[in-house]
Amino acid sequence: MKRSAAGRLWPNATAIVLFVAFAFPVYWMFSTAFKPTSDIISEDPVWFPTNATFEHFKTATDADNFWTLVRNSLTVTVSAVALSLVLALLASFALARMRFKGRRGFLVTFMIAQMAPWEVMVIAIYMIIRDGEMLNSLVPLTLFYMVMVLPFTILTLRSYVAAVPKELEESAMVDGCTRPQAFIRVIFPLLAPGLMATSLFGFITAWNEFPLVLILNKDPEAQTLPLWLSKFQTNFGDDWGATMAAASLFAIPILLLFLFLQRKAVGGLTSGAVKG
Amino acid sequence: MAVATTRTTRKDPGRPAAAGVPGRGAPPGRTRTGGGTPPGRGRLIGTAPYLLLLPALAATVVLLGWPLVKNGMLSFQNLNMRQLIQHLTEWNGVDNYREALTSEDFWRVTARSVVFTSVNVVLIMVLGTLIGLLLARLGTKMRLLLSTGLVLAWAMPPIAATTVYQWLFAARFGVVNWVLDKLGWHSMADYNWTGSQFSTFFVITVLIVWQSIPFVAINLYAATTTIPKELYEAAALDGAGAWRSFTSVTLPFLKPFLLATVFLEVIWVFKAFPQVFAINEGGPDRLTETLPVYAFIEGVGNQHYGMGAAISLLTIVILLALTSYYLRIVLKQEKDEGGEL
Repeated sequence: MKRSAAGRLWPNATAIVLFVAFAFPVYWMFSTAFKPTSDIISEDPVWFPTNATFEHFKTATDADNFWTLVRNSLTVTVSAVALSLVLALLASFALARMRFKGRRGFLVTFMIAQMAPWEVMVIAIYMIIRDGEMLNSLVPLTLFYMVMVLPFTILTLRSYVAAVPKELEESAMVDGCTRPQAFIRVIFPLLAPGLMATSLFGFITAWNEFPLVLILNKDPEAQTLPLWLSKFQTNFGDDWGATMAAASLFAIPILLLFLFLQRKAVGGLTSGAVKG
Repeated sequence: MAVATTRTTRKDPGRPAAAGVPGRGAPPGRTRTGGGTPPGRGRLIGTAPYLLLLPALAATVVLLGWPLVKNGMLSFQNLNMRQLIQHLTEWNGVDNYREALTSEDFWRVTARSVVFTSVNVVLIMVLGTLIGLLLARLGTKMRLLLSTGLVLAWAMPPIAATTVYQWLFAARFGVVNWVLDKLGWHSMADYNWTGSQFSTFFVITVLIVWQSIPFVAINLYAATTTIPKELYEAAALDGAGAWRSFTSVTLPFLKPFLLATVFLEVIWVFKAFPQVFAINEGGPDRLTETLPVYAFIEGVGNQHYGMGAAISLLTIVILLALTSYYLRIVLKQEKDEGGEL
């Protein structure tokens, strides 16, 4: 089927317009962050940051508690993901490899849990944490973030475990491994891409979480970066350069992880593992 | 979350997973129903899956189940600042619900949420589908370019995106106002976008649609690549034109995917909190509060915790209904595809 020149032109033209529409806000964030203030508050926008400067990044990182909040965000996110990985590995192995009564029920439970409306449960969580006198602590945040990413981690890891050929495990057991040994020595290494994918997605979810930290941790030193960023513009009185620098600092890890995920974490490691 | 749910629901390799226990020992399933294995060992293997699931299940029950129950209990209490400080528990039956359900505010916010969700979801689905189909038509290079743009928008953390949109739509020095002014709409030169209900919702809608389209477009494109070419050939042989082969091959093939995605988007937009809250905290004059934000501001902001809990619970009920429909679709799909749950 041959298409006319115009027929080939319009999809490409539309694609370029759409690319600009989708990429522009992200571009504008970075470009504003690097522009000197005089270029930001100019009557006509300066489209390219030709006089690039790091002063806004300095303003953002010099803000009160910035490094404390970076540490908080990292601590909470990494521990939540690590904990959920441990729990999910155990659960996903059972769900992928064993037959037992209620298996379907467990699966559906985790599917429902995955859709849990955390945004609307914050009042109840606030009351529980307040009664436990744990407000402004990172522990409840870590635990709740863990449960937020747990169902997804379980359901995804289950697919990865199931994709490891059973023959591999069997032959390890024929060679004298016990079942846990077979799991640790044979399946676990093959799960690397799955562990990578789930932990990165978990990281993104926990890193971005906003409503819960908004209600639980009011103490400026116990907050995480999303909360800090949402208040940045108010606190810095419309200093858009610094606000965009703060947004860039917050977004960069996630943008990088995302691009990395798109390329790496998909694809099987096991395709050639069973011969014949 | 957007990302997360995709992978499980759409890309789940979902082949027959449970294939019994290989090698040694008896299949635990049979042990439980009383096979001929030695009792001790049989029971051990029979309980193994439950032991493996216990930590995850316990965490879910304690940290998800308990807040849900607590939410239910709070919604039957008169819990304001005084009761909160003095740690009083005052039950007041269904007063909160009666008050919420008879108040004009609640219904206005509910109607607003429904309209807001519908407008967003329609825009997301229509534009997302069109862009997905466009992706399928493009050459490799252009497809890569457009996908890169989409992934950038998709990956932006919601709070960072909200901040950027505040800047794009800023009254002074904002790019949007500058462009509108240059296009001849001079009254927009210093327009305050967060000053009225409609314009605030406009910004929120652009933001949410911009962030949600990539999910629909990229997954729809992935789905179109699985349509067998023979179907199109057969349609062409039967004399179907481009439009006819679209309506009789592409659409029916994508229907289950589109249906599931509509529900997902409805759920996500309905409970969207960070964007709606962070852009203007429900303002001006509480006119852009959707149900989750309304529950938060009533409950926490105005310290009517019991009332907030009641509104939350009503919202959760709506969401649960939507979720159950969604899960029914997904489970049915998996069954149809021969995957075993």
